[in-house]
Amino acid sequence: MSDARTAILGRLRASGETGPLPALDTAVLERRQWPAAERVVRLRKGMEAVHTEFLEATPATWPAVVRSFCDREDLKNLLFGPTSEAGAALAAAWAPGGTQLMPYDRPVEAFKDELFTGVDAGFTGTVGGIAETGGVLLMPGPAEPRLMSLVPPIHLALLWASTIQDSFWAAVKNLGWGRALPPNALMISGPSKTADIEQTLAYGVHGPKRLIVVLVDDLNQDPIHNPTMPREG
Amino acid sequence: MHAETEIHFRDAAAKALLDPQLRANFRRAMDGLITKRKAQFPDPRDLQDLRDLSTAIRSRSLLALPELLEQFEANCTKNGVRVHWAETCEQGNELILGILRSKGAKTLVKGKSMVSEEMHLNDFLESKGIEALESDLGEYIIQLDGETPSHIIMPAIHKNKNQIARQFSQKIKDAKYTEDVDELTAMARKVLRQKFLDADAGLSGVNFAVAETGTLCLVENEGNGRMSTHVPPLHIAVMGLEKVVATLEDVAPLYAILTRSATGQAVSTYFNLITAPRGAGEKDGPREVHVVILDNGRSRIYADPQLRATLRCIRCGACMNHCPVYTRVGGHAYEAVYPGPIGKILTPQMEGVGVRHDLIHGSSLCGACAEVCPVEIPIPEILVRLRREATHEDVGSNVAGRGTGRTATEDWAWRIWAGVLKRPALYRMASWFATRFGKALPASAPLIKHWTQTRSKPIPAHRSLHEQVRAKGVPHV
Repeated sequence: MSDARTAILGRLRASGETGPLPALDTAVLERRQWPAAERVVRLRKGMEAVHTEFLEATPATWPAVVRSFCDREDLKNLLFGPTSEAGAALAAAWAPGGTQLMPYDRPVEAFKDELFTGVDAGFTGTVGGIAETGGVLLMPGPAEPRLMSLVPPIHLALLWASTIQDSFWAAVKNLGWGRALPPNALMISGPSKTADIEQTLAYGVHGPKRLIVVLVDDLNQDPIHNPTMPREG
Repeated sequence: MHAETEIHFRDAAAKALLDPQLRANFRRAMDGLITKRKAQFPDPRDLQDLRDLSTAIRSRSLLALPELLEQFEANCTKNGVRVHWAETCEQGNELILGILRSKGAKTLVKGKSMVSEEMHLNDFLESKGIEALESDLGEYIIQLDGETPSHIIMPAIHKNKNQIARQFSQKIKDAKYTEDVDELTAMARKVLRQKFLDADAGLSGVNFAVAETGTLCLVENEGNGRMSTHVPPLHIAVMGLEKVVATLEDVAPLYAILTRSATGQAVSTYFNLITAPRGAGEKDGPREVHVVILDNGRSRIYADPQLRATLRCIRCGACMNHCPVYTRVGGHAYEAVYPGPIGKILTPQMEGVGVRHDLIHGSSLCGACAEVCPVEIPIPEILVRLRREATHEDVGSNVAGRGTGRTATEDWAWRIWAGVLKRPALYRMASWFATRFGKALPASAPLIKHWTQTRSKPIPAHRSLHEQVRAKGVPHV
């Protein structure tokens, strides 16, 4: 193995001209800026174009909005992360009866079959959104495992309007992703889709068939909901 | 000798041209992709700025390639991701087999990876008793029929839904015949979900590798990439050594131009950043992540300052979508892993310019590919360069198979041509004969027949230009 490594790097070094690095003009990325209210509109437009559904909520009402969606859709259960900020808040407001809250609190190996066949929906927080193209940013981890937003047929994602960034480029800078990344981070713009058969769009191919963004309007409030994610302005 | 292989592309292309179904499938698909891409770039200035930036980022990454690869490796190792290096496809295949065997893995579920196609990994693993199942819907469709991808982004684009409906009803257990795309998709979902659940290992490609953080970036719409990389206990990623960039900030514009150029999407459904295996306290994700970095001729391409541009490619497929040749003959006619314009410059550099002489010449050099390339690869210029490389052994060149496309016939033709042009009396005599008797020359005459195979025979004028000008009294001609 190390032989191949030495040989490959040796060949690359032997032919490496270390000429001047071309300059990077990022003006085209910097032009992508909008006021906060417009960021919300753009994100919605971008995501609705790829079949994402939106539920409008306020900092006070969002748990009830999630609940009424679950009741309306007659969901048997909702997978959530009991130790995440969003998950804990949801559980605290959840009244017994109807849709069961199902905690993702053990290794996947303990309930893999059930996860694939017995879960109606998954609920996660987000760490931001992208105005330019539409999209929400997730950082799965111990509190909100990776498969919550992938395996259940419906994914509900909680998005605070004040966390919407101008572009993916801006998000990388503002979230400090360029320096350190968690084991997994991702952007999601809609439900799983394919156009592999005759370029005809079909939704729900491998991942969720529906993506529901619970959009919390906190633009006129102090940004206190998410202390890890301060945003200037 | 190239004469033998040259027939491959020509014959395959001729056959494809006679297939109205195939042509209709490609025409419709390519027209759709062209329109959608165009809609994503309404402002020509933004497009050019984004192309310039993307080109600069890829060029910078290549200039610092050995350092970035080392940095990437060091950060992966720090994150708990094992890095392996393969000089050849055979080495890469053996490495992957070794990793799978060390875990006792018998089934592998795959996200889309062109590098694994390059390695012919599926066939190799099957021969070793390991099931390798494609899970991208397009890849799944063609794997059912034992075919290879005909497009790097839309692998099953050569098939229409009736063909897929027939295939599913015959090959998927308990499947009924339906031409409804949603129902066909649902059938594949059902089969593949079980496979994700059961698989011992998952394999993926890599769209961008970030040196500064040791991160693997995967772009996809279906979710099969996330399934393959997050559900099984073992994840193996394969990448060409040119995929590394310095920072995640560098990735942002490349990602923006990739999805827009490829399928006319401003954003893909998922953009997945994988930095480490399942961490402390995590409840899912693979226990082990391995990355195989493949050379397979890339370091040779890297050595040439002009040809190095080939390695800027981000595999969007825009060049094939806009190629008049590709649109008419489809991807399979190229008999290469990478079809279309990028394949025409990449394949001969990997396999040898002599043996893939056919591909270098299968182009009208119209330039559409270079015009849409998001990283401004001068494909026509490189094609012309490779045409020379195929028949010459220039000092300082290290192109694979250089000079091996040379034939005695072509050599003699050029020698005679040069000899005639150097001797005015001989030239006058030759043109006198050509104008008087050229018309009588049969289309099947040696040399001429290569031209007349697909074109009408040129008819020379009755008098040469020199003669006509002389007749007008112009002196010294």
